[in-house]
Amino acid sequence: MKKDIILSGVGGQGIISIAGIIGYAALAKNLYLKQSEVHGMSQRGGAVMSNLRISDKPIASDLIPFGMADVIISVEPMEGLRYLNYLSPDGWFITNLEPFVNIPDYPSLEEITDKIKKIKNHVILNADQIANEIKAKKSMNTVMLGAAAPFLGLEMENFETGIKNIFGSKGEDILKQNIDALKAGIKEAEKFYK
Amino acid sequence: MQKLLLLGDEAIAQGALDGGMSGIYAYPGTPSTEITEYVQHNKYAKENNIHRDWSANEKTAVEAAIGMSYAGKRAMACMKHVGLNVAADAFINSSITGTNGGLIITVADDPSMHSSQNEQDSRFYGQFAKIPMLEPCDQQEAYDMAYDGFILSEQFGLPVLMRVVTRMAHSRADIERKKQKEQNNVKLPKNPRQFVLLPSIAKVQYKHLLSLQDKLIEASENSKFNDYIDASDKKIGIIVSGIAYNYLLENFEDRKLPYPTLKIGQYPLPKAKIEKLFNECKEIIIIEEGYPIIEDQLAGFLGNKKIHGRKDGTIPGDGELNPNIVANALGLHQGKFLEVPEGLKNRPPQFCDGCGHIDMYNALNEAMAEYGKGRVLSDIGCYTMGALPPFNAINSCVDMGASITMAKGAADAGLVPAVAVIGDSTFTHSGMTGLLDAVTENTPIVVCIADNSFTAMTGGQKSHAENRIDSIVRGLGVAEKHIRVLVPLKKNHDEMVKVLKEELAYNGVSVVIFRRVCVTHYASKMKKKRAESK
Repeated sequence: MKKDIILSGVGGQGIISIAGIIGYAALAKNLYLKQSEVHGMSQRGGAVMSNLRISDKPIASDLIPFGMADVIISVEPMEGLRYLNYLSPDGWFITNLEPFVNIPDYPSLEEITDKIKKIKNHVILNADQIANEIKAKKSMNTVMLGAAAPFLGLEMENFETGIKNIFGSKGEDILKQNIDALKAGIKEAEKFYK
Repeated sequence: MQKLLLLGDEAIAQGALDGGMSGIYAYPGTPSTEITEYVQHNKYAKENNIHRDWSANEKTAVEAAIGMSYAGKRAMACMKHVGLNVAADAFINSSITGTNGGLIITVADDPSMHSSQNEQDSRFYGQFAKIPMLEPCDQQEAYDMAYDGFILSEQFGLPVLMRVVTRMAHSRADIERKKQKEQNNVKLPKNPRQFVLLPSIAKVQYKHLLSLQDKLIEASENSKFNDYIDASDKKIGIIVSGIAYNYLLENFEDRKLPYPTLKIGQYPLPKAKIEKLFNECKEIIIIEEGYPIIEDQLAGFLGNKKIHGRKDGTIPGDGELNPNIVANALGLHQGKFLEVPEGLKNRPPQFCDGCGHIDMYNALNEAMAEYGKGRVLSDIGCYTMGALPPFNAINSCVDMGASITMAKGAADAGLVPAVAVIGDSTFTHSGMTGLLDAVTENTPIVVCIADNSFTAMTGGQKSHAENRIDSIVRGLGVAEKHIRVLVPLKKNHDEMVKVLKEELAYNGVSVVIFRRVCVTHYASKMKKKRAESK
């Protein structure tokens, strides 16, 4: 079992938390893990990405080679497209539809979605909207994780362990919101592959 | 033993703690910051009173670490690559004094310049200082090298340079811990003159350093970090160092390398192992993250047609490596990749909402309008983003503290008024002495200190300048009348413009302090405080 995952978004959108949950979920299943993060300058409202690799064998490179990613999880629609050269031709592109507009020349959303729909396997959902609907406003990132969950080779109970590890110290409410968000993401994404 | 999931930086910190370190000294700098932060939050370090506060800059950090080594204990100093330039005086001379307690200088290089002004390779400094160097290929080696590095240092009585790169520093993997070692006791050097670098003593010490070189090579020959992996296909021989080893392995199923490979983790280079590879293989490919240092050493100025690497274009001359670049270098077949679509827009970093720097630059731009562009010299921190649109407010960012001294030089040349923009933490890092230069000559410059009470860019570390800026500036001799304190808020815009105009018209040194706490880090500090008091 080996899964190479690219996480992308804008600094502050919570991709480090997603990486953390998957990381703990992988550990719960006794898998090897490598996860590279972006720190420093680009964190401030800039484009950020993380390489996450899990495997039942030791992992060599901290960076995923081009064309090898099984999944791109993007919490922002334009950001995921930046790393399309990493996606395997059979890989899944799973993205939030809600744009994060903090630049003056952001392309039209239609232009972006057209590009996404050209990718063979894609899932597009408005994770911000879903998080609002289930009253878990700050859990957009966990909704996105849910949408990607079936493609990561991990079990539901592993993800719940991961969520507990990351959010456990923040109280029962936050914990429940994230579990709800995970389930809502899974359900919404089913439309694209079932 | 216990397994931990750690960043490369954190693995170094844990290795040093388990290896009996008594103190860590550092100034924050991406990608090295997390080494010290890990020690700061570590329970064992707190309980055992391991020194872990930040230093004013990298030079003071290395000097304090040398002092701890002098007193017999094990110390580490950490910095980003350009920080070693600041600390170079202390660092180079520590190879002449030698050490007493084990001393490791850990430097995190930033190839591809993710968060830096250059991509200099710290291994040059190691060669320059003629000391042993360690370069881990993965997080486990990062841990092991920090752990064993103190022993290596104490074995030869020399500081050890440990070099990592961004991708190692900021990538997480599982590591296995070793047994916790005891700290050393305080114990003075056997030779009371060891650290007295008077010429007569330094000459003797330097001869001693030279006499150790063959022994250092011998240690490298026998090091477990320098692995000769033989293979049957002698068409190519590979020399690969540090993290590049993983990019190489990635290209071969089950890590089975088809060509004889020498993995380098400890320097100086193991001569006999290199000779063996060189003699047995037809072509040599050298894969190293950073500058072509091994390549230069092997090929020399005149070159050798058998040797391939960054210099003959087998590998690009700049930027960081990845598995694909290594595959190309070895001529491995790579399939076609999906193309990144056109029309995506760049998303540069920007100021946080409500940041005081925004208000400072709006005021400064208006006050400078009558003098024209090109007069604002700046520095390194969040406020460097003032160079980007919509502000386009600053004209330089060179090295820590250079804003004030460059403004002085520009004013000396006749560019009057010249303005410096510098952050509070950068000011106490390297700006104070430059201000003293300007005060001494009463040079007509306006120094704007963006005082947000944090070392913000690197993650909100405590700034040495907190509550001290005014008294430092006064103590350096800036006239009371020309020390102006402003609160950078939108509502104070007109007042800020007025004060700036007044000081720009003054023919001497002015310091305008823009004081408002960093919105982002203040909020997280308060959140942490609330959580702790619960």
